[in-house]
Order: sequence, then structure tokens, then C-alpha cells
Amino acid sequence: MADAAVHNVHPPGFAHQFEDMEQQHEAGNLGMWVFLVTEIMFFGGLFACYAVYRALHLQPFELGSRLLDVRFGAANTAVLIASSLTMALAIHSAQAGKSKSAVMFYLALTMILGAAFLGIKFTFEWRHDFVEHLVPGFGFEVRPEWGAVGQQVPMFFCFYFFMTGLHALHMIIGIGILTVLTIMASRGRFNEQYYAPLEVTGLYWHFVDIVWIFLFPLLYLIGGHYTMGGGH
Amino acid sequence: MTGHVVPVRAYMGVFLALLALTGLTTWVSYFDLGPMNTVVALAIAVTKMLLVILFFMHVKYSSGLTRLVIVAGFFWFAILAALTLSDELTRNWSPSPAPWSFLLPLIRGLL
Repeated sequence: MADAAVHNVHPPGFAHQFEDMEQQHEAGNLGMWVFLVTEIMFFGGLFACYAVYRALHLQPFELGSRLLDVRFGAANTAVLIASSLTMALAIHSAQAGKSKSAVMFYLALTMILGAAFLGIKFTFEWRHDFVEHLVPGFGFEVRPEWGAVGQQVPMFFCFYFFMTGLHALHMIIGIGILTVLTIMASRGRFNEQYYAPLEVTGLYWHFVDIVWIFLFPLLYLIGGHYTMGGGH
Repeated sequence: MTGHVVPVRAYMGVFLALLALTGLTTWVSYFDLGPMNTVVALAIAVTKMLLVILFFMHVKYSSGLTRLVIVAGFFWFAILAALTLSDELTRNWSPSPAPWSFLLPLIRGLL
């Protein structure tokens, strides 16, 4: 591929150190995946910690799970999956050489869905938890009906707030990056040859989606709803 | 064109499959399957993760090097989880009495 034509005619967004666009694309994706592997270990430590404490305090964790509203969790899962679809469609629009307004439309839709997720999380769920005195450190009240294991229920909520909080922080950062991408798209920076920032941000956004795919069953579903020993 | 272009129809299919699996895992959680509760929930979550990784993240079309990095990442997480839980989950496995248990009647007698 090292013929004169390739070196003289630089496609926009092509960096000198690469053989061709294909290699640049490959290097960018690989680099992003190396970062995402560190993210797997980052969240992985929390998931392992959750597994240990769940094994130690199964009953209070199931009790805590029952106190969460599964409707919000399921709705948020659907919202986040939809945002992953629109992110993929934004990249697809750039790959297929569609107009910049098409790319901007899907990026905006992704941001709106991301904001909707955070809206449901903060204004409905967390606010509800606060009103119900379920926030450890902020007037948590151990209810008498929880019985002997009630003292360990705050441990579940510590995990709940820390894991969903860290996930929400990733979402906020993602929306920030998407804002920059939308501005870049409006300036016509992307084309069917060069869309690496979109692709790499897509990987990040989908990764955050995957974290939620695991948080949803672990926090909301397991042991949460079937009646156990006379639960509600 | 750089990279593999996944058709929109494939994205829609993956999206609908992910929604269906979300519905399934929520529905299943209302039945008590005993120890299988966690297994079923995690199996569905792993299926959803594979759909996202393979299609949304284009790993189905990515190079062997990228795949190796991803698998290595999950392998390292498996080590983290397995070694942590190997302590936690095996603490009460030993059925034999503690070596000093023959002293218990003696201690009780003294008390």
C-alpha cells in the first residue's frame, strides 16, 4: 500500500504514523479496549466485593433488593439499551457517509436517552430512597419489621448507592464526550473514512451499558420478589 | 470505507433481543428457583453482554489481537473473582471436628 498516491493524498483525519486508515482504525480500537479492560477490573473489584458480602449476608441483601422498585430498574435498562442502539446508529450513519445532520441527530438522541436514564435514577429512585430513609449516612432508619438481620440492610444500600453512583458518573462523563462529538459532527469532522472518535466513544458507551446489564439483576432482581419466609 | 459496516437491520434485531431478554429476566425473577435464581439472572446478563460486545461493539468483525485483549481482561477478572470467593465460599467445608475438640468436655467440667 506504500505507493506514492497514498502518501500524497491524505484523507482527512489520517495520522502520518500509520500505514493506512485500516491500521489507524485498528490501533484506535485496540487502545480503547485496553482502557476498557482497566474498567472491567475497576468495576470488577466492586462486583467481587458485592459477591462476598452477599454470600455473608444473604437475607439482608434480599431484603434490601425487595425495597427497590423493579419498575424503575427495568425501565432504565430499556432506556439504556435504546441509547446503545442510537449510538450504534450514529456510527453507522458516519460509516455509510450519511449527512452530518444524521450523525448529529443520533448523537443528540443518545444524549437525551442518557439524560432520561439519569433523570429516572436521581429524581425518582434516589429521591424516593431518601424520603424512605434508605440512604446510609443520611438518616437511615432500620425498620422493626426487618427483624434480626435489619442491622445489615444498610450494607446492601451502601453497595447500591456506590455501584449505581459510579455507573451514573460514567454516564455523565459519556454525555460530556457526546456533547463534544456533536460539536465535531456539526463542523463536518467525520466522514466514511474517518469516524474514530465516534467509534471509540461508542465502545465506552456500550461498556457502560454492559455494567448496567449486570447491575440490574444483581441489585433489583435476585431474591427480590418471590416471597421468602413470609416476605411481602 | 474503514471497518465493517453492520446493517441497520442487524442492530434492530440485537436491540429487540436485548429488550426481550430484559423482559425475560424481570419475569423470571418473580419465581423462586432456589439457587438457580442467581444462575439464571447471570446467564441472561451474560447473553445480553455477548450481544452488545459482538454486534454493538463490532467485536464479531474485529481482529484476533483485539479479541485476545478482551478475553485477557475477562480472564483477569475471573482470577480476581475466583480467588476472592475461594476463601469466602469454602470456610465451612471442613466436616472434621477441630483438633482441640476432645478438650471440650474437660473445659466444661472445669467451668
